[in-house]
Amino acid sequence: MSYFSDIINGTKSLLTGMRITGKYFFVNFLTRRDVITEQYPDNLETLKMFDRYRGEVTMYHNENNEHRCDACTLCEKACPNGSIEIVSDKKLNPETQRNVRYIVKHIYHLEMCTMCGLCIEACPQDAIQWGQNFHHVQYDRGKLTKVLNKPGSTIMSKTKEKK
Amino acid sequence: MILNVFTDIHNLLLGLMSAKVAHITELVLIGVAYLGIFAVLGLFLVWLERRVAGFFQLRLGPNRVGPSGLFQTIADALKLVTKELTGTVKADKQLYKIAPYFVITTALMTMALIPFSHEIQAFDINIGIFFLISVSSIGVLGIFLAGWSSNNKYSLIGGMRTGIQMISYELSVGMAVVTMVVLAGTLQISEIVELQKGGWFIFTGHIPAIIAFMIFMIAGTAESNRVPFDLVEAESELGAGFHTEYSGMRFAYYFLAEFVNMFIIASIAVVLFFGGWLSPFGITDAIPFAGLFWFSVKVIAVIFIFMWFRWTFPRLRIDQLLTLEWKYLLPINMVNIVLMALLVWLGLTF
Repeated sequence: MSYFSDIINGTKSLLTGMRITGKYFFVNFLTRRDVITEQYPDNLETLKMFDRYRGEVTMYHNENNEHRCDACTLCEKACPNGSIEIVSDKKLNPETQRNVRYIVKHIYHLEMCTMCGLCIEACPQDAIQWGQNFHHVQYDRGKLTKVLNKPGSTIMSKTKEKK
Repeated sequence: MILNVFTDIHNLLLGLMSAKVAHITELVLIGVAYLGIFAVLGLFLVWLERRVAGFFQLRLGPNRVGPSGLFQTIADALKLVTKELTGTVKADKQLYKIAPYFVITTALMTMALIPFSHEIQAFDINIGIFFLISVSSIGVLGIFLAGWSSNNKYSLIGGMRTGIQMISYELSVGMAVVTMVVLAGTLQISEIVELQKGGWFIFTGHIPAIIAFMIFMIAGTAESNRVPFDLVEAESELGAGFHTEYSGMRFAYYFLAEFVNMFIIASIAVVLFFGGWLSPFGITDAIPFAGLFWFSVKVIAVIFIFMWFRWTFPRLRIDQLLTLEWKYLLPINMVNIVLMALLVWLGLTF
């Protein structure tokens, strides 16, 4: 007699499936409550990415316009496709009377970056980190090449503030 | 009122030319009108499918081009028209080119029988339902030819599966229809609808009508090659199945025909079970065009059930497909016909 119970059970399970999908349909058709579509250019002001989103590489600056980068170039070496170029120079530290390296420009080519994150892993000072900005549209490719250290910024004093 | 428009056109044509020429002109006019309906309907249903699919999957679906994205499919169709018609070198060129027209012609021929309202039905013969079923089975030929002539193994498998599937499920559709014909006692479509003035067949026919409706919906889904019976296309196994090698407008013919076939199956369901153009309890019998409105509402409701199936059930394997038809639907159907005949004989219908 499994023939008839098969039919009844089959119909029942199909109806269960239809009840679930039907609930999804009617809730979204009537209220749009669970719709996950982001209507991208329209909701640009309200759209916020989650914390771990890899939007672009940024350099952390504190309120005194200081960063942690000591121009070690480990990020430049870690980058697999040469998206990072570091222009550095040496200057005399008046306290210790030794030449200290500092960055002139930390150049970041967003147009080449694959968001692999190797530079951020490589950085011993945690100077660079992920930014959540995703809206990178430009009409000119050159505008995607960015200088990460802000103009006039200096390195933080070596009393290493733990992040 | 709409009847008056038709009579006016008829009289105008008679005034301009002889009776024979006027008749032929009318046929051409109706043909053109139905081609228009075919295109508009196909595009509308594609839009509806995508929109409904969106809501099922927590998306919005197309909503940019025109109000609620209504013109999206028109834009898509324009794109397909402008595309190049490609084909394989080793394809059987003539069959390859002619195959889509089998599908289109069949869909158009069956559409002539659909009663959009009391006044709008192009071809109302006394063997309507019989004609409908027999003509609609020609459509298989188009799909089969496409699979065969493409000279591509995926297309061929798709085409062969069509043969298996259509021959099996044609039987169930036919027998479900016969069950309702037993209740109606006529094959003429307009008469079948008129008979339901006292109550739709799904209510007057008791349990056998409901069973017949369920079988018709299952077999109808298989007939129109939709999920969960889309073994013919089976994107994950066969690329695109029988229309793998088709591009541009020839592909669009298949695409539109698939949706129009769904409309036809839904219309038959509405005519046989839900009283065609009749309003529930005769509430709007006096208003002109109301028939068209009720017919559209019912057909869209049935089409929605087909779409509901599509976004709920996974595709069947070929052996499951055949088991379902030959071991379950067919025996149930046969018992059901006898049951319905008994009901009619004993006068137990409402």
